[in-house]
Amino acid sequence: MMGKLYLQESLSDMSAEFLQFLFSGVTLGATYALVGLGFSIIYNASHVINFAQGEFVMMGGMGTVFFLGLGLPMPVAILAAIALTTLFGFGLERFAIAPARGASVVTLIIITIGASIVMRGLVQVVWGKEFHAIPAFSGDEPITIAGATILPQSLWVLGVTVLLVLALRFFFEKTIMGKAIIATSLNRDAALLMGINVRFVLFISFGLSAALGAAAGILVAPITLTNFEAGIMLGLKGFCAAILGGLGNGMGAVAGGMIVGIAEAMGAGYLISEYKDAIAFVLILLVLFFKPSGLFGKTGTERV
Amino acid sequence: MTSRQKGLKKSLVALGMVAGALAVSASNAEAADPIKIGTFLSVTGPASFLGDPELKTLELYIEELNKGGGVLGRQLELVQYDVGVDSKKAITAVKRLVSQDEVDVIIGGSTSGATMAVVPIVEKAEVPFISLAGAVAIVEPVKKWVFKTPHTDKMACGKIFEDLQSRGLTTIALISGTGGFGKSMQGQCTKLAPAYKINIAASESYGPKDTDMTAQLTKIKGVDGIQAVVNTGFGQGPAIVTKNYRQLGMTAPLYQSHGVASKKFIELAGDAAEGVRLPAAALLVADMLPDSDPQKPVVQGYSAAYSDAYGGSVSTFGGHAYDGLQIAVAAMVRAGSTDKEAVRNEIEKTSGYIGTGGVVNMSEKDHLGLDLSAFKMLEIKDGDWSIVR
Amino acid sequence: MDKLKSPRTGGLLILMAIIAVLPAFLDNAFQVEIAILIFFNAIVCIGLNLLIGYAGQISLGHGAFVGLGAYGSAILTAHQGWDPLLSMVAAATFTGVLCFVIARPILKLKGHYLAMATLGMGIIISIVINTEDQLTGGPDGMYVDGLSFMTSQIHWYWLIGAVLVFSVWASLNLIHSPIGRALRAVHGSEVAAEVVGVDTTQYKVLIFVVSGVFASVVGSLGVYYSNFVTPDIAGFFHSIELVVMVVFGGMASTFGAVVGAAILTILPQVLTFLHDFEHLVFGLILMLTMIFLPKGLVPTLADLFKKGDKS
Repeated sequence: MMGKLYLQESLSDMSAEFLQFLFSGVTLGATYALVGLGFSIIYNASHVINFAQGEFVMMGGMGTVFFLGLGLPMPVAILAAIALTTLFGFGLERFAIAPARGASVVTLIIITIGASIVMRGLVQVVWGKEFHAIPAFSGDEPITIAGATILPQSLWVLGVTVLLVLALRFFFEKTIMGKAIIATSLNRDAALLMGINVRFVLFISFGLSAALGAAAGILVAPITLTNFEAGIMLGLKGFCAAILGGLGNGMGAVAGGMIVGIAEAMGAGYLISEYKDAIAFVLILLVLFFKPSGLFGKTGTERV
Repeated sequence: MTSRQKGLKKSLVALGMVAGALAVSASNAEAADPIKIGTFLSVTGPASFLGDPELKTLELYIEELNKGGGVLGRQLELVQYDVGVDSKKAITAVKRLVSQDEVDVIIGGSTSGATMAVVPIVEKAEVPFISLAGAVAIVEPVKKWVFKTPHTDKMACGKIFEDLQSRGLTTIALISGTGGFGKSMQGQCTKLAPAYKINIAASESYGPKDTDMTAQLTKIKGVDGIQAVVNTGFGQGPAIVTKNYRQLGMTAPLYQSHGVASKKFIELAGDAAEGVRLPAAALLVADMLPDSDPQKPVVQGYSAAYSDAYGGSVSTFGGHAYDGLQIAVAAMVRAGSTDKEAVRNEIEKTSGYIGTGGVVNMSEKDHLGLDLSAFKMLEIKDGDWSIVR
Repeated sequence: MDKLKSPRTGGLLILMAIIAVLPAFLDNAFQVEIAILIFFNAIVCIGLNLLIGYAGQISLGHGAFVGLGAYGSAILTAHQGWDPLLSMVAAATFTGVLCFVIARPILKLKGHYLAMATLGMGIIISIVINTEDQLTGGPDGMYVDGLSFMTSQIHWYWLIGAVLVFSVWASLNLIHSPIGRALRAVHGSEVAAEVVGVDTTQYKVLIFVVSGVFASVVGSLGVYYSNFVTPDIAGFFHSIELVVMVVFGGMASTFGAVVGAAILTILPQVLTFLHDFEHLVFGLILMLTMIFLPKGLVPTLADLFKKGDKS
């Protein structure tokens, strides 16, 4: 009798523990998903891997801190930060990527690495080096579910991520602009012939991607804190998400982000926490060895 | 001549020009009139919360000393390089300080990694070096030219264990950052625990840029009999640990290290910081010290000067730089020159110096000169520091 | 005499001349230090350039191979008491074998997937080095005795300078051998190369191993030179830095790799006077150079001269 009770209790302990790891994993995963989605959008339009994607995330968070500091109410500060980051996205395309058209992909990658250094340097000089916390959108009181706890902010992260993903799907499938971006990613020359303004498509893609990154940065800043270097690790993990799901596959990036986030939390919980950061990369290598184009990537044919 | 050859020639000319530019910048550094104080700090990177106040403090007080006529009738000149947390950069910077800038003394090294990396260089170059980093390995064993001002991680463990003993708590869990500071302190605490009859029942870690530690803490929560949790680490990590700790509803006392000894920690962790204890220098509680405390005027003075110049509140890290500068300047004055051997000897003879970190009594065998009394055990109450007992 | 006029030999002679006379212009130990750092970086970049520039395979994890050489040597010398040179050979062999083993699955990947895989591999190796502190000293690094017969810095200058000259020579010869021609075919179009009967995988593996060994040897020598090593050496930032040097100087140009390494080693030292603005300006210079000289410094300048000749 006693034994059975004890067993039940430890079982529910175990499930609560599992649930806790899962909550932690999906919150992280949702962030990685948004960053990964940003990688995908730019990749689709330009075949560039944008190493400054993490800096868009950082700018969202730091921008919000700055505008809040000016005394603006939270919603206005958030919109202002997203607008500012989007401007940087447009600027990156117009002044750095567009003039280097025709350069090799590696060169374009180095340009985005340069851009990431510039953005970090700029934020450091203008807004300082200190860490900042944004107040949580609806309080810090954790919600208890079946013995595990989750912060209201995590629900914000998950909810807004779902909304953004749905909105993007709608954008790409139902709007002219979205379709133009898809067409450009499939075949740039054909898109040009069809009268699609490819330059404009590129321009919009960078802005969209920057806005998405900023939104991710703002959503997680109350949980993870932010400073001028906060985007580096998030950028890398987002890149992992995009690759894991298959480059250019938006929904793949979302799934990839979730898988990476959950794997990290479970790994830190059930395996060795010292190797938490390595888990995502081990996972990626394993997947790539068996599926060289990611989980949901197209096994593209090389044009000769 | 082929075009390729010409291209090559051109690029080699460019290379030569850059080398030439380096040579020119070197000759500027020849004039040896001012006393040169060299520093290499983590002004950017994950340890910038250390390097930033350290640099500001050095700049502030060197300007002040110069306004007062300098030292030994000579002006002071600060030569500084930002090394992030990259030890390779620290090595290059220190080689530059000793052989190109020819500084008289080095005060710097925000992190233990950077400090340890340059120890062989300063020992070889025979330049007095006062480190601002935490690890006990910097001064144990004693190295002829190397001193330091901050309390060691070993002392922090001792102070925390003393407090645990007085509360009758014996079974604890450690959660440590994998950066140099967290890892080194984790090692020291593990070594020191048996001496205080403390049992470390669980030990978890998190990366320096980790943003969520609920998984590690949940694991600790699942271990039976944990009476307190000690977090070794600096930067934003401990603030997130503290928030996650409260989120999970964990109630055992939480201890942080002296690595978070700034108001920033309370600001970042918010309400979750309530009740957290940590060992720290008296500097944080300047106004709460009894008037009889000899440190009170020193820490109040530094606190006011720093806040006036830069706004915001002080951290103990800037204090370490203040102490290092004062000790070095006092040694030069006593030596009556900047002769490196003489200055080194005088630094070693520092005794009864009352600084922000405590009362410093150095000797041949002790290049730190602080004891456990230099630490106060603080508890965070109502969003501010308070002294325990 | 004709041989002297070939760009290969000519370039090599100019490089040797520069290395020979440079010490006369270096005033102090710091400047010699920078010169030695340039040599070190240039050697890794030459190896990496074979992979990126000629085989067309990107590696964002090359710092890890430098780290393996450094820590392999450090651990064998400091913990096992091995002879430094023997340790260096052992570490290079280990790195070479590791490269050989992982080359096939990794090089099967294309473009950004390859970039991700090499990046991931590099990060995993650097996390292992950081974590296994019993062996590696952890994030605070480890101390290693130097080479007993290298008693002064200038000895090191000549040794690493000589290794650099050898590396350039070896690289140029490799490029102009049948293997090199096959490699260029791989870079141009792998499918086309295979159709005409070039076993592309075999060559890619060979180059991967060669560039890994270059990196490992530099890591070993570096650790004996500075007597100290920390996990940063194997980290992501170091890997990125190396790729940037190669691309900045000019892909598919051995001398480009050397020039890229030289400029990007000197630049941060020149920019230190900017203090807080250092990183911002560095990033701007990097961006502007890549935007306006997308092929990299040396090839672009070479093209300019070519145009000049015609007019």
